[in-house]
Amino acid sequence: MRIPGISLDARTLAGAVPASLARVDREQWAGAARLVRESEGRIAALWGADHRDLDAAFSVFAAYAVRDGLAIVELPVAAASPSYPDISGLFPGATRMQRAVRDLLGVAAEGAPDARPWLRHGAWRQDEFPLRRDFDSSARRENAPDHYPFVRVEGDGVHEIAVGPIHAGIIEPGHFRFSVVGEKTLRLEERLGYAHKGADKRFEDFSIADGYRLAGRISGDSTVAYAWAYAQAAESLLGIAAPPRAGWLRALMLERERVANHLGDLGALGNDAALGFAFAQFMRLKEDWLRLNHEVFGHRFAMDCIVPGGVAVNVNDAQRIAIARQARSIGAEARELRNVFDEHSGLQDRFITAGRVAPELARALGITGLAGRSSGQAFDLRVDFPADPYGELAVGKIVHVAGDVAYRVRARFDELFESLRLIDLITSRMPVGEARSTLAAAAPGAFGVGWIEGWRGEVLVALEAGEGGQIRRGHAHDPSWQIWPLLEHAVIGNIVPDFPLINKSFNLSYSGHDS
Amino acid sequence: MIPLILKVLKTRIVSEAAPEPREDWRVRAATIEDKILRMLGRALVIRHVDAGSCNGCELEIHALNNPYYNIESLGIRFAASPRHADLLLVTGPVTKAMEGALRLAYEAMPDPKLVVAIGDCGCGGGIWGESYATCGRVSNVIPVDVAVPGCPPPPTAILQGILTAIATRATSTPR
Repeated sequence: MRIPGISLDARTLAGAVPASLARVDREQWAGAARLVRESEGRIAALWGADHRDLDAAFSVFAAYAVRDGLAIVELPVAAASPSYPDISGLFPGATRMQRAVRDLLGVAAEGAPDARPWLRHGAWRQDEFPLRRDFDSSARRENAPDHYPFVRVEGDGVHEIAVGPIHAGIIEPGHFRFSVVGEKTLRLEERLGYAHKGADKRFEDFSIADGYRLAGRISGDSTVAYAWAYAQAAESLLGIAAPPRAGWLRALMLERERVANHLGDLGALGNDAALGFAFAQFMRLKEDWLRLNHEVFGHRFAMDCIVPGGVAVNVNDAQRIAIARQARSIGAEARELRNVFDEHSGLQDRFITAGRVAPELARALGITGLAGRSSGQAFDLRVDFPADPYGELAVGKIVHVAGDVAYRVRARFDELFESLRLIDLITSRMPVGEARSTLAAAAPGAFGVGWIEGWRGEVLVALEAGEGGQIRRGHAHDPSWQIWPLLEHAVIGNIVPDFPLINKSFNLSYSGHDS
Repeated sequence: MIPLILKVLKTRIVSEAAPEPREDWRVRAATIEDKILRMLGRALVIRHVDAGSCNGCELEIHALNNPYYNIESLGIRFAASPRHADLLLVTGPVTKAMEGALRLAYEAMPDPKLVVAIGDCGCGGGIWGESYATCGRVSNVIPVDVAVPGCPPPPTAILQGILTAIATRATSTPR
């Protein structure tokens, strides 16, 4: 779509997402970044591809969210000197994405202030790059842990607390380095990448038709969002559309995924503030919720139900009624529990002002999703660029400005009730008809993109077709990429024992980020 | 406090009976004497390690603590340190970045120790297989006693896996 103030030779991409792709030169790359920043756009994702066998160059892609959709720019980078103009000065959120492109593809941002590796630990050498097409993924490599220079905070009484990669709970792996004085956090530095499974490389082993299974396993709690974003990208690339009924079933599953996660998080947030009652109650509701998923979709998280061309499941009338009935009963119970939360002074004492994120900071870091909307960032793809059937559902956008744990809890309650309303609407209005269309053949080189508002935020998937219907390049972007750096800011000045609560109030994905 | 108390009173007890062990999920012959297992079965402490999963298995392990599965009523609880644990519950295809940490956690556990691998990834590498980034199945890195398939396995299956690891030859499920 259009970046104000610059004329690019862009082509509009087919599919559900209003998106365009433009090949740019170095000057346009830098100019586009500046103009997006000036027009209050944000960076949605940044990734690279090896095109040396096609046009003797690598490509770096930046997807910007602009007023009328997604503007993707592609900068060819000469193989002889693989580097491109740094944009992290304009978009701090791009810093780690650029570091990841360096680790995986060996294409560096020129003069970027932080040149440390990000996803690369010791599994592969710093002079070999997994996303280059001549990289042998199955070769045996020495796994040699390397030194990672954390930023040191010095001063009277400052000490460090190193946590992870194995955390004290049932949680994903990551490392946190706290610099503290007494109990107060001066600085937090994250080191991630422990859950890196080489997803982008693995996509090359899948066909366009089958890749949804991998996409659905990049972040298990968002399997529906990923599968839908993947299906959108595949449909965009193939130039096909899913039948109307499929859209309604996809929305039903996406809203059910949002509700499941919000129920779990509300229980865990109460638990982290020592209210075990909340955990028992909300986890009971979540279990009821997942059991109905299993009955209707054959899977507790509706994994593998969304496929390119439509959905692989259907919902009969009895199931439709059961879903609507459950939405009402869970809603009634959640309202009782909200009342308990609201009047519990001990709980509110822990929630209010903890981990506060000011709207200016959220804007500077380009935060979207639930975390962004809790700090005044009014972005919701279901409202801003509604894929069918969201245009007909008139989703209420939930925006708060206080940005502390209390408001992230509040946003979860608000979104929970809104999703239950949507589920009720979907079950009563869902059209009949086919739920899956046949796939066309993929033209080598075809490009497609998908962009879905998952429960955590925006999930983006970009696909490039290779020969014979294979994926040549698949890239999946988790909203946690933008939000993880925000957590480092959110904890400053808070006491260390509040970290688990603040962290949980964001509940970011490690696997989705590290993938 | 009144709404909270009312809610507690209104909520019925939903806890369900524990499932039976599944001998076919056993990867290697039991290495711990029955006598010890009988004691362990009454008070088992688990340390969970996510060695690179997609977080799907973690959601289901969390569910074991919900009132339906009520795992603590079986005398089983989760601990923060492997030094306090009898059983290591491992998820994920083991990523190269987690290989060392997983070994350290295993080595930190006191003997006798048990390992249960969870999910298709933990059992066989799952959709990720072995690559530049992953070591594949958990047993490629540390010895595994029981492997529970599923993507992710539902809470009942995870509980079955744990109970299989501590089942004595004269099988008797605690509760």
